[in-house]
Amino acid sequence: MHIVMTLLKRLIYAAILLTAVLVLNFSMMHFAPGDVADTIAASMGGADAETMAQIRVEYGLDQPFFVQLFAYIGRVLSFDLGYSYFYNTPVTELIFERLPATLLLAITAQVLAVVVGVLLGVFSARHPNGIANYFVTIFALFGYAAPVFWTGILLLIGFSLKIPLFPVAGMSDVTVQGGFFVKALDIAHHMVLPVLTLSSIFLALYSRLSRAAMLEVLGSDYIRTAKAKGLSNREVTLKHALKNALPPVVTLAGLQFSAVISGAVLVESVFSWPGLGQLALTSILARDTPTILGILFFSALVVIIGNLVTDLVMRLIDPRVRGHA
Amino acid sequence: MTKHFKSLLAATAVSTIMAFSAQAEEPVRGGTLIHTLYDTPRHLNPAVQSGIATGAPGAQLFAAPLRYDENWTPQPYLAKSWEWSNNGLTMTLKLVEGATFHDGAPITSEDVAFSIKTVQENHPFKTMFAPVTSVDTPDPLTAVINLSQPHPALLLAMSSHLLPIIPKHVYGDGQDIKTHPQNSENVVGSGPFKLVEFNRDQNIVLERYDDFFMEGRPYLDRVVYRIIKDASARTISLENGEVHMSTFELTTRNIQRMKKNPNLTVTADGYAAVGALEWLAFNTGSEGPVSDKRVRQAIAYAIDKNFILKALYQGLATEAKTGIHPGSPFYDDSVNAYEIDLDKANALLDEAGYAKGADGTRFDLTIDYGSVAAKPQAEFIKASLSKVGIKVSVNSFVDFPTWAQKISNYNFDMTMDSVFNWGDPVIGVHRTYDSNNIKKGVIWSNTQQYSNPRVDELLNEAGKEIDPEKRKALYAEFQEIVAEDIPNYFLNTSPYHTVYNSKVGNPPLGIWASGSPYDRVYLKE
Repeated sequence: MHIVMTLLKRLIYAAILLTAVLVLNFSMMHFAPGDVADTIAASMGGADAETMAQIRVEYGLDQPFFVQLFAYIGRVLSFDLGYSYFYNTPVTELIFERLPATLLLAITAQVLAVVVGVLLGVFSARHPNGIANYFVTIFALFGYAAPVFWTGILLLIGFSLKIPLFPVAGMSDVTVQGGFFVKALDIAHHMVLPVLTLSSIFLALYSRLSRAAMLEVLGSDYIRTAKAKGLSNREVTLKHALKNALPPVVTLAGLQFSAVISGAVLVESVFSWPGLGQLALTSILARDTPTILGILFFSALVVIIGNLVTDLVMRLIDPRVRGHA
Repeated sequence: MTKHFKSLLAATAVSTIMAFSAQAEEPVRGGTLIHTLYDTPRHLNPAVQSGIATGAPGAQLFAAPLRYDENWTPQPYLAKSWEWSNNGLTMTLKLVEGATFHDGAPITSEDVAFSIKTVQENHPFKTMFAPVTSVDTPDPLTAVINLSQPHPALLLAMSSHLLPIIPKHVYGDGQDIKTHPQNSENVVGSGPFKLVEFNRDQNIVLERYDDFFMEGRPYLDRVVYRIIKDASARTISLENGEVHMSTFELTTRNIQRMKKNPNLTVTADGYAAVGALEWLAFNTGSEGPVSDKRVRQAIAYAIDKNFILKALYQGLATEAKTGIHPGSPFYDDSVNAYEIDLDKANALLDEAGYAKGADGTRFDLTIDYGSVAAKPQAEFIKASLSKVGIKVSVNSFVDFPTWAQKISNYNFDMTMDSVFNWGDPVIGVHRTYDSNNIKKGVIWSNTQQYSNPRVDELLNEAGKEIDPEKRKALYAEFQEIVAEDIPNYFLNTSPYHTVYNSKVGNPPLGIWASGSPYDRVYLKE
């Protein structure tokens, strides 16, 4: 019963949030200087006054703000995200073309960051004064502090140019022919550098957090008891300590999912990854309001779902959460 | 047996040698050319979408009546002959026989008439076909274009991606051509390559059209445009050989880097018709000091153009003294280039009545710039003008629409801008100086609000002068007056470069760069 109530509450919040996302961003796009008629003119190397006026009439940009806003919200309520002004294509089609690429990149990077981050954190917590600990700290801080595009270009120079192991750009090679397995391998090959770049930012967060949590747990009484019982170090760390150190990491991972998605925007432009991030950037610069709102709508949805999943996972791993709701 | 073997060996050797010597000149059939594009085109139909992003694949998908060589001489393409008559009021095109669209249907004069009408009604460059009153089609291979006044720009307007011949039976089906679904998918073209797939932000894959009307062409089996927006990533992909060729490369640092690579050729050839120029534009209609011609001249005298060319562009851009690209036959380099002269600048400012104040400042101005790349120029101009007592504040670039709104609504003193000639002056030059084209809210119209009746007259005359020498003289006078009136201080050509791998044969070094057909491009080995 509890879980149903929670879900219901969450759904209502989600609806409010999504409406706010749409209204706020619609207003922001509307009041930004210039519109899609200007950017279409730019893409064509110039335009005459009639063409620009015609574009504005076609897309209803000559209507008052509230008329445009309500028309848009009305369309969204009937599950219609509209047409992209710039690409003349249904927004949902544009988004579903890209969503898989972004999710693949973001989820892989997130999983890698959590797993490697926790391993590094546990390792350095067990050897708090070792050289390796300092190495982990420096490595993590470096990843966190370095700008994403810089890390990306650095990896490209290192592993695409100097040691040509990985391709420079894109998600797949059109000249590669073959079955599902060959194509999957090709995508995996293209994914290595973007995933490393994106996870490098978040690796630091998870390793620092899990290190702190582990240090706290390792100092507690029941760990001493477990040790006194004669359990091996390995068992103590993995079975007793890590289990209790994980909840904060999972919470953070859930919260950070939106950050991973926004980090993907930068990574996608460096590696020409054909995801939502690139589309978002182009749409903002092109003042392509329906597309950008569609993307924000979907990313908000993804984040809401991400948070919901985090809550459910927390219920699984932390019995204390199950009591409250 | 041995004898036989020997002669066989000799024959093989001879043929190998022949093959080798032939290989040096003879193009090879086959291969996939990997090309970069710096952005995703809106769609692939150049009849209703101009610009370089659509133009590159557009010139492969669609053939035009004419093509141009590197000396600005028109060459037959879909039209085997073209002829002026009736004092320049009629143009007769004879089409090649046996040319077909990618769906197999024959290309006829009806399609040419339909294409001209479509471009005339929908293309943003209205001046290209404005004087066309009708197109007659006496037989399937003859198109007669009737004009209301002589229109020498017609020839260039019929080349490259400016006049793609599109099938009437596909694009004339009653749907709005600007949003026609077959602009992006299932494109039915007339050019050397046909569309296989178009994945936005990923790639455009083209395949050889086997029934192309030019025997044995194209040489390549496939052209793949990979969309890579990041200039550094494009550089690396050229350096490691992942990509064969890139055009419209603009960043100095990357170009210099690629010049050092022995496998790459870097050249500025091929951009004469595109004609991209960079200049400092003045709002001559403002109420501030820049409305005074003497102030504008003084500003030009205070700027050391050589610093921009040698230091900021490291020699990659060439000086452009007028609003016509130096690669154009109409360029006149005898005009005043405003070599740096601070004394003259100070004298002109004094004469204009702007004496130096107690703090050495005469007046304040603002400078905008239309792309991130032009920031160093704006900063340099600010520093230069402070030497003659003009205090300049630089308005940071936010994004294109923000800048375009500001400039086209005349909320500026000075701005750095880059504008393309697009072949004939009628298409890309007149728009900046013609006082009839002062159109509020339209970027790259006459946003300087420049008005000189003599200039209007000259442009009008030059636009319909059929005699090339007389036309040249009219444009020379126009360039002289504009240099004197200085609505724009002309700086340099945009440093566009083509970079290609040593495997590429016949790279596009004509006047339209990547906007020309790639039927002659081939891959060595």
